[in-house]
Amino acid sequence: MSRIYEYQGKEALAKVGVKIPNGGVASTPEEAENVARKVGKPVVIKAQVWATGRAQAGGIKFADNPDETFQKAKEMFATKIKGLDVNKVLVEEKLNIEHEYYAAIIVDSSMYVRAPVLVFSTQGGTGIEEVAAKNPERVVRHVIDPLEGLKASDVDEILKKMNVDSKAIDKMSATICDLYRLFNEFDCQNAEMNPFVLTKEGEVYAADCHVNLDDSSIFRHPEFGIQVPRDMEREPTELEKLAWDHIEEGDYRGTGYFAQMITEFNSDETYVGFHGIGGGGAMLGAAALLNRGMKIANYADTSGDPPASKIYKVVKAIFSQPISAYVLTGACLANQEQWYHAFAIVKALREELEKRPGFPVVILLAGNKEKETMEILEDGLKDMNIRLELYGRDDIYNSDYIGQRAEALIQEYLKEQ
Amino acid sequence: MSIIIKEGTKVMIQGITGRFGQFVARNMLDTGTNVVAGVTPNRGGSKVWDIPVYNTIKEAWDEHGPIYATVILAPGPVARGALEEAVDFPFDTILMEVERVPLQDALVCVAKCKEAGVRLLGPGSAGLVSPGKGSLGIFGSPEELAKVAFKPGRIGVISRSGGQTSTLAFNVCKAGFGISTAIHIGTEQVMGTTLPDILPLFEEDGETDAVAYYGEIGGVMEEEAAEIIKEGKFTKPFVPYIAGRGLPSGIRFSHASAIIEGGKGTAEGKVEVLKAAGAYVADAPEDIGPILEKVLN
Repeated sequence: MSRIYEYQGKEALAKVGVKIPNGGVASTPEEAENVARKVGKPVVIKAQVWATGRAQAGGIKFADNPDETFQKAKEMFATKIKGLDVNKVLVEEKLNIEHEYYAAIIVDSSMYVRAPVLVFSTQGGTGIEEVAAKNPERVVRHVIDPLEGLKASDVDEILKKMNVDSKAIDKMSATICDLYRLFNEFDCQNAEMNPFVLTKEGEVYAADCHVNLDDSSIFRHPEFGIQVPRDMEREPTELEKLAWDHIEEGDYRGTGYFAQMITEFNSDETYVGFHGIGGGGAMLGAAALLNRGMKIANYADTSGDPPASKIYKVVKAIFSQPISAYVLTGACLANQEQWYHAFAIVKALREELEKRPGFPVVILLAGNKEKETMEILEDGLKDMNIRLELYGRDDIYNSDYIGQRAEALIQEYLKEQ
Repeated sequence: MSIIIKEGTKVMIQGITGRFGQFVARNMLDTGTNVVAGVTPNRGGSKVWDIPVYNTIKEAWDEHGPIYATVILAPGPVARGALEEAVDFPFDTILMEVERVPLQDALVCVAKCKEAGVRLLGPGSAGLVSPGKGSLGIFGSPEELAKVAFKPGRIGVISRSGGQTSTLAFNVCKAGFGISTAIHIGTEQVMGTTLPDILPLFEEDGETDAVAYYGEIGGVMEEEAAEIIKEGKFTKPFVPYIAGRGLPSGIRFSHASAIIEGGKGTAEGKVEVLKAAGAYVADAPEDIGPILEKVLN
């Protein structure tokens, strides 16, 4: 799930025909003031950050004129919203709200559905989850057949049944169908308008939106400028961007996942370069290290039978961080032939550790071609002056022990530094 | 018996000529699968491990049909096209082994298979093996691995993680049992077949005595399985382990998914409903073998 900002979601909504409030995005207080001048009405200023509960955290402010907009935008750029820097604000006309609805398209993966679902509520705004729990009659769900799309006649029916003002039904129904088009044509993971506003003038607007894109479809949508398609609460680091560009993008031969857990390294701290295989096993391994209070520089995963070249690049990315140990926990009996890992690791470690005597390396690899894998590792690294420990299939459930060994080796190593 | 793949079942592979295609084909031959054809556009007339390769499914079908199952290995961006070609033929089962299938494509694939009455495994399923009979996808070989993790036997294995499929089968074999069929459900958001679809297949299989399961947080398939058990559609011993206890439930896509899932998805919640349905929930994955021993002996 790749996040995009509200202003990007609104630009996409506008492209499929949804009405959005008049306004624009600004990167400085001056720009915000200019947008307010063009709008020519009282405005709302909205921080563009990936945080829920933005309003309570000071991320939404109102201004009656351009001068006030300048002041409030300036304050907003100077603060952090839920720990996040504000680099952009959206300045929009304040709507004359008659009623706030809620509309979303999401995917229901449950066995009887496995399809997109329209969720509509007559009560929008904050607290939609509570509405669903306390007043389920105000929320309706409608399963959409992806081969046919969302039918306007079905939406009309739903709105009538929910007692929506009959004068508004046509416009609301058309907007909801446009929302589905957005979901489909822009390859969304989910698309939500909340509040979905009916104004006193009888117009229908997406006053706020949450649009998330499907990671596997990002290649079809360069227009969003997503550099690393992944669910993250921050922008990707330089190393993550490099890793994506050179390892994952466009290469469908297995996974070569690399994400940093630390974005600002402290020279007093000791960090472990972490490498796992397969989501389940990697999680067990990472948890074992974290449980011992160790700091993991990154999370990496090379599963799904990647070639040695891909694995090699992941290991190189791990070593481009200030780490004091390399720990690989392939805590599963893998079906992929593990000798590709052995070749990749030997090459990378020989390059990286020639001048780092005593460096701790703990490797757990199990599964297909395990014996050959161990031979390649032992033979390829035997003349290296490093602290190397190798583990195989008998230890796939011994993640805690692996963590304990890593910790002990690091302590020995640090004493020598 | 076993589920889905039985002795002599005719299968084919789409995307057989690539590096991964050849690896999967080798595995399937080594597990004794009756692989009658491969399909790769523009590579018709060649052979992979003596399996004849055709340009289209039609050519393969005309020569070898009816074929029971096809394995799609085409990469994510073109996987939908491969499925659309396959769904026009009366396959019983289509395995989409590929990951990173665009979501909108996955939705279309699932809907098309439903409409055609074809069982779709995946997208993102690494496949299944019925030891001694055959396989679809990557599981079951080489012999060195099969000897320790895929001995023929009477326990069904289901897993949401590819790597943990073999690991759980290994665990079951270490406890002195063997495997009727081991199957990986897949990792994508929308899939054609999930846990509650598979349990009734093991119920019908006279050669499966119990089912071991590796589950994870997120989604609702464990909760649905508990319902299936309560409805009497699965009555054999069920020994699940749910990974991710103590972690928050999966990714919350938006407020709307919280409405849909209604608080489901946490490991604790899954464990609770499975226990209430009579499952023998394991606290750690390595406990599954010993629990099976206790329940079955």
